[in-house]
Amino acid sequence: MTHPYIPLTAAEESKMLQACGLASVEQLFECIPEPIRKAFQVDGLPPGPLSEPAIVSELTRLAGANWACDRLVTFLGGGAYDHHVPSIIPSLLFRSEFATAYTPYQPEVSQGTLQAIFEFQTLVCNLTGLEIANASMYDGATAAAEAALMACGANGRDQVLLSSGVHPSYRDVVGTYLRATDREATLVELDTTGQTPHAAVAGADVAALVVGYPNYFGVIESLAALRRALDPKALLVVVANPIALGLFAAPGACGADVVVGEGMPLGAGLNYGGPGLGFMAVKESLMRRIPGRLVGMARDHHGRSGYVLTLQAREQHIRRARAASNICTNQALAALASTIYMCTLGRQGMIELAKLNYHKAHYAFRALEGIEGVRAVFPSPFFNEFAIRLPREPRAVLERLEREDGIAGGIELGGDYKGLEDALLIAVTEKRTRQEIDRLVAGVRRSVK
Amino acid sequence: MSGEKSIFGLSAAGRRGMVLPELDVPADGSLEELPAELLRAELDFPEVSQVDVVRHFTRLSSLNYHIDKGMYPLGSCTMKYNPKVNDLMAALPGFAQLHPRSPDRLAQGALELIDRLGGFLAAVAGMDATTLLPAAGAHGELAALMMVKAHFRKMGAGRTRVLVPDSAHGTNPASAAMCGFDVTEVPSNARGSTDLAALGKALDERVALVMLTNPNTLGLFEEQILEVIELCHRAGALVYCDGANSNALLGHARPGDMGFDVMHFNLHKTFSTPHGGGGPGAGAVCVKHVLEPYLPVPRVVNEGGAYRWSRDFPDSIGRIHGFYGNFGNQVRAFTYILALGLSGLRRIADAAVLNANYVKARLAGAYDVAYDRSCMHEFVLTGKRMARAKGVKTLDVAKRLLDLGYHAPTIYFPLIVEEAMMIEPTESESLESLDGFVDAMLAIAREVETEPELVRHAPHTTPVSRFDEVEAARKPVLRWRGAEAAARPPAKPAKTKEREAR
Ligand SMILES: Cc1ncc(COP(=O)(O)O)c(C=O)c1O
Repeated sequence: MTHPYIPLTAAEESKMLQACGLASVEQLFECIPEPIRKAFQVDGLPPGPLSEPAIVSELTRLAGANWACDRLVTFLGGGAYDHHVPSIIPSLLFRSEFATAYTPYQPEVSQGTLQAIFEFQTLVCNLTGLEIANASMYDGATAAAEAALMACGANGRDQVLLSSGVHPSYRDVVGTYLRATDREATLVELDTTGQTPHAAVAGADVAALVVGYPNYFGVIESLAALRRALDPKALLVVVANPIALGLFAAPGACGADVVVGEGMPLGAGLNYGGPGLGFMAVKESLMRRIPGRLVGMARDHHGRSGYVLTLQAREQHIRRARAASNICTNQALAALASTIYMCTLGRQGMIELAKLNYHKAHYAFRALEGIEGVRAVFPSPFFNEFAIRLPREPRAVLERLEREDGIAGGIELGGDYKGLEDALLIAVTEKRTRQEIDRLVAGVRRSVK
Repeated sequence: MSGEKSIFGLSAAGRRGMVLPELDVPADGSLEELPAELLRAELDFPEVSQVDVVRHFTRLSSLNYHIDKGMYPLGSCTMKYNPKVNDLMAALPGFAQLHPRSPDRLAQGALELIDRLGGFLAAVAGMDATTLLPAAGAHGELAALMMVKAHFRKMGAGRTRVLVPDSAHGTNPASAAMCGFDVTEVPSNARGSTDLAALGKALDERVALVMLTNPNTLGLFEEQILEVIELCHRAGALVYCDGANSNALLGHARPGDMGFDVMHFNLHKTFSTPHGGGGPGAGAVCVKHVLEPYLPVPRVVNEGGAYRWSRDFPDSIGRIHGFYGNFGNQVRAFTYILALGLSGLRRIADAAVLNANYVKARLAGAYDVAYDRSCMHEFVLTGKRMARAKGVKTLDVAKRLLDLGYHAPTIYFPLIVEEAMMIEPTESESLESLDGFVDAMLAIAREVETEPELVRHAPHTTPVSRFDEVEAARKPVLRWRGAEAAARPPAKPAKTKEREAR
């Protein structure tokens, strides 16, 4: 019996072996030295194939052991947000034509993928206010790390200023990447308003300053002021939440040289953190340094216009050890999801969506702040996420919210920030209803009484 | 145009694609108090209806070739069937809607899956531990190089060099360079394998890692792999296996048993997760004990029956991903492995290798095989003779295949084969389908003799014909600037120093 994924039958096998002048399949593997050609066991793996019902049952059991957003009302943020994924995204995304195509190396039979990437690049440019965007990076964190490396290459400096308002995991990833080339990141602590202090970034002979927009605490920092304070040769790298950009000034318009971020909120879904997509947009002057794939317009031999992968001389398959980056496979299908998302929401929708997030988060914030003993951590403007201090241990509050209210109430800040052991990070998206927010507030009130 | 307007060209003021939830809370007035400089002035996004969006992307999709349509013999890419059940399982709400910042107590199913998949891969690799954090193969390479660097740093050894064969994929040297290593290319021998003498010469006490691909990018098993690895180890270097070609070995042999210290798998190749037009992939890295302390964090640990993420590994290279890698693809790969079982995995290699050898045997008369010996899951042809005799290049043959309903093989890689054509049928193709492809290749070979012009100007039946890629790179247009700008190329071509290679 053949396996459903492997059409080869016994009869075909012998016919094909004969055509190859061979007697057995084993012979094909005789090039592998005897001592290492051997059968082995895999713990926990059945010896033979599982039926589809058996697979579905096992995976359903595993999925059921998670408390996902289908079972808990979530106020978790911290770099991933429970936004609605429009129904047309999964339906378009899993069209075989998109999902099962490879990288568009043959443009004549890949115009669908290529044009979609070109439209993605355009939307990212327009959203960020910059001139060049690539076809995607692995995620927001690696995009930030690659931006830091690109900055070092661009201005020949080795030190990167990293605001402590940048997502802690992103900071770790930037640190990992810089360490590999014996470079370093210098942490710039947020001031008491939750902003990166301008004085601390001024005059330094650095490759780049990396800041969050909004930062990890949801705070909208003044990019223009940071740009003015920063050494003119240093690049301002902004890690942006794309949903916030529907409302807040485009970083490019505020003097950012590079904007990166996690595109997951744009319709890619949560998926326990991936696949999402990193996006990266840069000023025109960095066009030949930007990592990753770029799609450009081209003309075919009949003069028709279309799209091709271009400026490939930056990439590993051409330049090898001297490439701008090692990235090859990126997050194309998730970039397609975000393209569909941005088109579906459109000009008005992106603005409205950002406002919904803003207002719902502020409603939650006001109500929580009204509870005795609950205080805001920072007094600054914020988007859809904010930090509050509790008069009780946050872990106990969260566990009670889960148990009694079916609510995932927020993220503890103590693990990542000293002095915030009593604080929670709370995110509110357009999906949260007034009722759900009121339930959160009531639950917190009950727990801290 | 290729037939489909830009989405910006479809825009009409006032159209919308979705209704958003209503604002059911009072606004607190804070927005109006924000300084204008913090707020966005305008947003140049299209305004389209949901119908527009669905039709636009559906029409675009129809311009793509894809594995569900037919054979996709792209060497080194393992374009195999992507089972639908994998996608359905990844879409289960318990996975798809699981927030990555969920406390571990709320994510036990995901953690169990990650732990078990890591175990499966380590067992198939013959290694001791796995990280699933890398988002793609090259990301895995980079993580591995960082681990190697951390290891030698800890040992106090100043090993700053990495050796790669001249047949290696571009990501190998690029990853090494990104990690600050000096890269030396080692020539292959006349049989397409690692040249032991050249390797011996290149090895010294400064070499940290030798990066091999096995089977290599010529589709050949490294015949002297045991000797090669021993030579590297004797020089104090560690040895990496680029496992992009693991489809050939599944269930037959394990890199760990060969002596490799570290390897990556491309789950989007060997373990069937869809390529998505260029990603997302997933690039698991498996290591022997020697490198385990350096694995990136977080790592899943199991204590008293409960799983949790731990960052408590003082020698770790640190984080390499914002969350936990491409978890959706980890679910797909896990589902795939269960669907096959151990015997199914082994049968994949049987069929992938037999299919490649069969196609090679049938093409060997009409085309020249670069290294004519028993291949593994893929093989490389050289179009040198056709190019010299008839002026028909590998690129032309590839384009002509598009006319005949097939995707082209990988071309001009590996770099050590002139006019290379790298063919990987995978186990997904039936004999009928393989014969169809071979017949198309043979028909092209005949056309090269009788009608070379037809081949040289191919493709003729695709939605667009060949592009002027040199021109596209000389005057890059990388974003939509309106229909007029698209119709008219800029008047004065910008001069650029960089020359574009293909
Ligand atoms: C031999 C080989 N190594 C490494 C890679 C890089 O893998 P990825 O594209 O997943 O980064 C590839 C795939 O393109 C490959 O074929």
